[in-house]
Amino acid sequence: MIESLVPAASTYAWEIDALFELVFWLVGFWFIACEGMFFWLIFKFKAKDGQRAQHITGDEKHLHRWISIPHMLVLVCDIFILGAAVKVWYDIKQDLPPAESIVRIVGQQWTWTFVHPGPDNVLDTADDIYKVNELHLEKDVLYHYKLEAVDVLHDFSVPVFRLKQDAIPGRVITGWFEPNLEGEFDVQCAEICGIGHGLMAARVFITSPEKHAAWMASESPLALAANIPSQGIGEE
Amino acid sequence: MAESITTDAPAPADDHHGHEEQSFWSKYIFSTDHKMIAMQYMFTGIAMAMIGGFMAYAFRMQLAFPGIDVPGFGIVTPANYNALVTNHGAIMIFWVAMPVLIAAFGNYLIPLMCGCDDMVFPKINRLSYQIFLLSAVVLLTSFFVEGGGFGGAWTAYPPLSAKAEYSLTPLGSTIWLVAVALEFVAFLLGGINFITTAMNSRAPGMKLYDIPIVVWMIVIASILFLVSVGPLIAGAIMLLFDQNLGTAFFDPARGGDPILWQHLFWFFGHPEVYVVLLPALGITAEIITVFARKKLFGYRTVLHTTIATGVLSFTVWAHHQFIAGVDPRMAHVFTLTTLLISVPIAEMMFVYIATLYGGSIRLTTPMLWGLAFIAEFLIGGVTGIFLGASGADIYFHDTYFVLAHFHYTFFPIAIIGTYAGLTYWFPKMFGRMMNDRLGKIHFWGTIIPFNFIFIPLFLVGMGGQHRRIYDYSHFPELAVPWMQDIRVLATSALLVMISFQLVFFYNFIVSLRRGEKAGKNPWKANTLEWTTESPPPHGNWKELPTVYRGPYEYSLPDREDDYWPQNEPN
Repeated sequence: MIESLVPAASTYAWEIDALFELVFWLVGFWFIACEGMFFWLIFKFKAKDGQRAQHITGDEKHLHRWISIPHMLVLVCDIFILGAAVKVWYDIKQDLPPAESIVRIVGQQWTWTFVHPGPDNVLDTADDIYKVNELHLEKDVLYHYKLEAVDVLHDFSVPVFRLKQDAIPGRVITGWFEPNLEGEFDVQCAEICGIGHGLMAARVFITSPEKHAAWMASESPLALAANIPSQGIGEE
Repeated sequence: MAESITTDAPAPADDHHGHEEQSFWSKYIFSTDHKMIAMQYMFTGIAMAMIGGFMAYAFRMQLAFPGIDVPGFGIVTPANYNALVTNHGAIMIFWVAMPVLIAAFGNYLIPLMCGCDDMVFPKINRLSYQIFLLSAVVLLTSFFVEGGGFGGAWTAYPPLSAKAEYSLTPLGSTIWLVAVALEFVAFLLGGINFITTAMNSRAPGMKLYDIPIVVWMIVIASILFLVSVGPLIAGAIMLLFDQNLGTAFFDPARGGDPILWQHLFWFFGHPEVYVVLLPALGITAEIITVFARKKLFGYRTVLHTTIATGVLSFTVWAHHQFIAGVDPRMAHVFTLTTLLISVPIAEMMFVYIATLYGGSIRLTTPMLWGLAFIAEFLIGGVTGIFLGASGADIYFHDTYFVLAHFHYTFFPIAIIGTYAGLTYWFPKMFGRMMNDRLGKIHFWGTIIPFNFIFIPLFLVGMGGQHRRIYDYSHFPELAVPWMQDIRVLATSALLVMISFQLVFFYNFIVSLRRGEKAGKNPWKANTLEWTTESPPPHGNWKELPTVYRGPYEYSLPDREDDYWPQNEPN
């Protein structure tokens, strides 16, 4: 249902979509049952001339069943939902599968800075690629992210991944995602962060291994440095 | 009320049995009469609702037509936008739902339904309103200082709220916090009065299970408020210190922790939902029993589930913080408690619906509001399950799905609950009937547009639209035509809904002067407030009533009348 509005571009997006559907059908059933009963009772027992209401206390066993049995069933539905919610949460937020690559994400008023590891696939080395408001990922690679904030709370939100995580100054929060759909999508800040909150938009670019390697080659600081002398800076 | 106050050397303002003419000031401004204080709370709350509604109008216009010069407001800048959404939320909860549902109805109904002549502490009651009024004035001044009103959302998360260089509202955020803290003081004083009066000053014969449900609900809500507000007041003081005195309770660079605020805030913030919900549920219980001519389907069930809900409401707060960076293992515990709280709430809804069974339902204006509360609140209730399920919340957190969900709880509470109570007790409060035809026009003119505002917002929320963004054109996937059409639809529905409120005010004012005389008990109800004059005199009864039975003895088969007032001897 969510997928008809927002594409699913991570390996765990389907889990959230499926959980949504499970809750939708269970809750939808109760909603329709309650509203249906409610409107039926209103029409059925609308005041008529000369007809009195019945005196019912709610303690009559044969009538109270109409409440106590649905009540138990609600509890059963809750248990199903709880189980599913815990499973999805565990997979996405608690479990941390081994990383194939890593990115650092830094939120500050009002931009996202993405640090890509470069050709050596290791952060904090000379070939790291810094990009503002552009996150470049390779399809089918499991990334760990290191999420940081400089000033206030931000929230790294990628609807197509179905992922949200607050960024907190003073902490490094580790999580994961694995993009599995090529394309270019929105990255949001989903925690109010001041007057520029509405401007804090970035894009994620998910490409094939070949295209990603080509991008890395063109953006790597080493490649850029090699081009600097020909642009005249080194000659001064 | 405690007899000592009326018999032992009463102060002039407390003398409920004196019939001397009161001056304008002592009657309307410095009154200690619970009914007058209720009216003060009611009209202040309604005035604040107009301000909060105007804010919604301004920012919804900006969302539907970005950059437009909003008639009556002007250009909505990003700073304006943040201040508008922040204060719309704060006002509607702290300065509308609280004063109207708890303070106004609590003040008006508790002495009248318990059969006493006033609150136990009338002067504390007066002080409560005065501090509340002060808090409202302080809040409104925050818009006119340098930098403008506070714009860090009504949840005021630090570090944004703690440092002027981040929020850019050096004075606005401090004044806002002071206003909120003052408002809490006002309700602490009020709450003490409600609990004490209902527990100690009931009419002779009124046992605990004879207390009308609405009184119970307000008392339980007051207890929840008293227990939960302490941590937040402490948090507010710490945040004020961080803002102005250079402390670092919430500053991670100097050893503080911003997440601490979130725990303090939501430990209060979630019970607060039930603090305003319970009085609205209570009002609904009174109305559906009277107009279905039915006993509540299980008085004790409702009371016990309310208490269970109240207790559980203290264990769910961190579901607001699933993705805030707390330990991921903690989410399981809070998912469990959050889903559990659906059980007593569902039970209560079942009881209300079952009460209609076998009834003789009269669809008067107050009954329509009472029934609408059930129908609409159900939507708010069931959509909460999506958010309480931790896994799904990863996607829905801070989207319009959340916004639509809590408007489906708060709108039934604050708006439908208020109109239900006002139209039901208007004859008692002012001695005249409201026009039923105009009342129904106003009802449909409010309910239909309300659904057209918020049902579509569930959809854009599912589409990934996040909250508190003044212009979605920076997000290519949210700037698509169908989403913009929905924003225009929601704003148009809001305009229709606001314009229909004029019908209510017209009806209110005209009925005050020209409405049909109500008499003591126009709805043929059982509870004690209907046994005195309309409006009740200072002191409520010439002779205080005695109670012989519970409040919902309607349609007993062996009686000629289909109602049996609580004060009628067997």
